[in-house]
Amino acid sequence: MTAVAATLRQSWIITLRDLKHWQREPWTPVFSVLFSVMLVLMFGYLLGGAITIPGGGDYLPYLLPGIFALSMMFGIEATMTAVANDTKKGVTDRFRALPISGAAVPLGRAGADLLNSAVELTVLLVGGVLIGWRATGGVGGTLLAVALLLWFRFAMLVIGVFLGLTIRGEGGVTAVQVLVWPAGFLSNAFVAPESMPAWLGLVAEWSPLSATAAACRQLFGNPTGASGGFVADNAVLLAVLWPAVLVAVFTPLTARAYRRLAR
Amino acid sequence: MPAPPLTARGLHKRYGETTALDGFDLEVEAGAVHALLGPNGAGKSTAVGVFATLTRCDAGEVRVAGHDVRRDAVAVRAAIGLVGQGTALDEVLHGRENLVMFGRLHGMARQAARERADELLEAFGLADAADRKVSTYSGGMRRRLDIAAGLIRRPALLFLDEPTTGLDPRARNEVWQAVREIVAAGTTVLLTTQYLDEADQLADRVTVIDHGRVVAEGSPGGLKRRMGGDRVLVTAPLGVDVEALASSLGGVAEPGLRQVVVEAGPEGGAAAVTAVVRALDTEGVVVDDILLRRPTLDEVFLSLTGTGPTTEAGVPVPGASRPAELHPATEGGRS
Ligand SMILES: Nc1ncnc2c1ncn2[C@@H]1O[C@H](COP(=O)(O)OP(=O)(O)OP(=O)(O)O)[C@@H](O)[C@H]1O
Ligand SMILES: [Mg+2]
Repeated sequence: MTAVAATLRQSWIITLRDLKHWQREPWTPVFSVLFSVMLVLMFGYLLGGAITIPGGGDYLPYLLPGIFALSMMFGIEATMTAVANDTKKGVTDRFRALPISGAAVPLGRAGADLLNSAVELTVLLVGGVLIGWRATGGVGGTLLAVALLLWFRFAMLVIGVFLGLTIRGEGGVTAVQVLVWPAGFLSNAFVAPESMPAWLGLVAEWSPLSATAAACRQLFGNPTGASGGFVADNAVLLAVLWPAVLVAVFTPLTARAYRRLAR
Repeated sequence: MPAPPLTARGLHKRYGETTALDGFDLEVEAGAVHALLGPNGAGKSTAVGVFATLTRCDAGEVRVAGHDVRRDAVAVRAAIGLVGQGTALDEVLHGRENLVMFGRLHGMARQAARERADELLEAFGLADAADRKVSTYSGGMRRRLDIAAGLIRRPALLFLDEPTTGLDPRARNEVWQAVREIVAAGTTVLLTTQYLDEADQLADRVTVIDHGRVVAEGSPGGLKRRMGGDRVLVTAPLGVDVEALASSLGGVAEPGLRQVVVEAGPEGGAAAVTAVVRALDTEGVVVDDILLRRPTLDEVFLSLTGTGPTTEAGVPVPGASRPAELHPATEGGRS
């Protein structure tokens, strides 16, 4: 068996193990879907009436791609918690003492988390259709949007593994759970950056979350809330590049964090 | 001749201000149980971490089954089983699923991993609990499953880091029995322990470690002889002349405690108790108490290093060793 095939086999064993966790203790994934549903209800129905989209269009179709992207970002917590738990319980060390590829454990984790997020995304897309959201951008555009969402999730996954290895203890996990909120709001997920104070709007417009959400709105044929500008004109490109940058930055950091376990 | 299971030379490891290993050497012979005996913070787990490729040392060389731990870590990992100090199991998976997963990660085919898992579950008395989440296991069950996981691929060398700490006597006996069976099946075992009697029960060779250095090495019997043997403590009732009693028993008087201490000869503690009881009978003296006391880890360290085990701050650790073993010679010894 070649080294690549062996690594893939080992990763798949880890993926199956991680999936078994979701299956045995389904509350984490179920709550994460319910949470996105709650956000749609809160923003779409409670607050949405007071929100207007620059350039026109209904709020709900504007909001939903934002929620899809946001739910991918929140995946960072699930990844981080799982990695931190394994490290705390000594399971990571046991894996490290096995004659397996160093990439197998993170790759296995990636497989499980991406599958989990794909299921979550499917539930959200179907739920969206049930409340009247429509993707009118054609099959190609829709598939590309889903791929970009999962690509964004992959970047969050790499960061989640890094955080799980670096911040130990409940304090760190709580800090991340709190900090994803400003990161979520400082984007175009809920409202258009054009409605924000200029400098805040600029930061929000350029966030990786906004890039993915904006690209999805365009590809799904939903209102974009933007009247032009570099970011709006290159949303799909940015939605490809931003996660690539994050992956390029955090992959070596994650590898270093793994090596530091041997300190 | 095959390479020795483990050789370590001049290991150094610092954590900030703490020196965990300070020129540590070790040689483990094939087919034996080698015990690494030392108090809290002696550097036992650090040494095991270095041997098992989990921790990089600052200086020194380690070869496991002929492979260098730095240059050839994967070959080392293929040759070892590691049972760390804390149990390292997937709590959500069932016992059997844990074993099968570790077996598959060792490269075993699914069916082979299942068969081996069943074999180990049976051998470790876990067959009934095999299909339960590990989170429902007791401490002793976890420890046994942990050891089983370390054995899944029949390693040449198994590390057991304090395998019985925190277990009740019965679970401890089960683990001891398991270790004996592992060795009989051809695996070499390196185990760490804080307990002299554990090393005594299991080990062919003992290395005593303190402050990251080897302070003594030898067979358990040899070490105990160097540390001083068993002692019989006789407590006299008020009104008995302790000095006179001491001379008739061949011991040393401690009048303040109304106690006579008799050092056991080479025949051991039980023979010494018999001799004391016989002498008391002849003299017609009735005493309050007779205890057989074996050397404790404190005394080991006292006799080997001139100091007791200490914490990093240099403060003696009161609980660093098991309290003196009290043997049931007490009741039988009353005359
Ligand atoms: N990751 C670490 N960071 C900082 N200090 C450490 C680390 N690991 C161990 N030490 C220190 O190194 C020394 C040796 O620790 P080690 O865990 O090897 O001792 P031990 O003999 O296994 O003790 P115990 O019987 O308590 O398990 C201790 O002073 C400990 O505080
Ligand atoms: Mg230890």
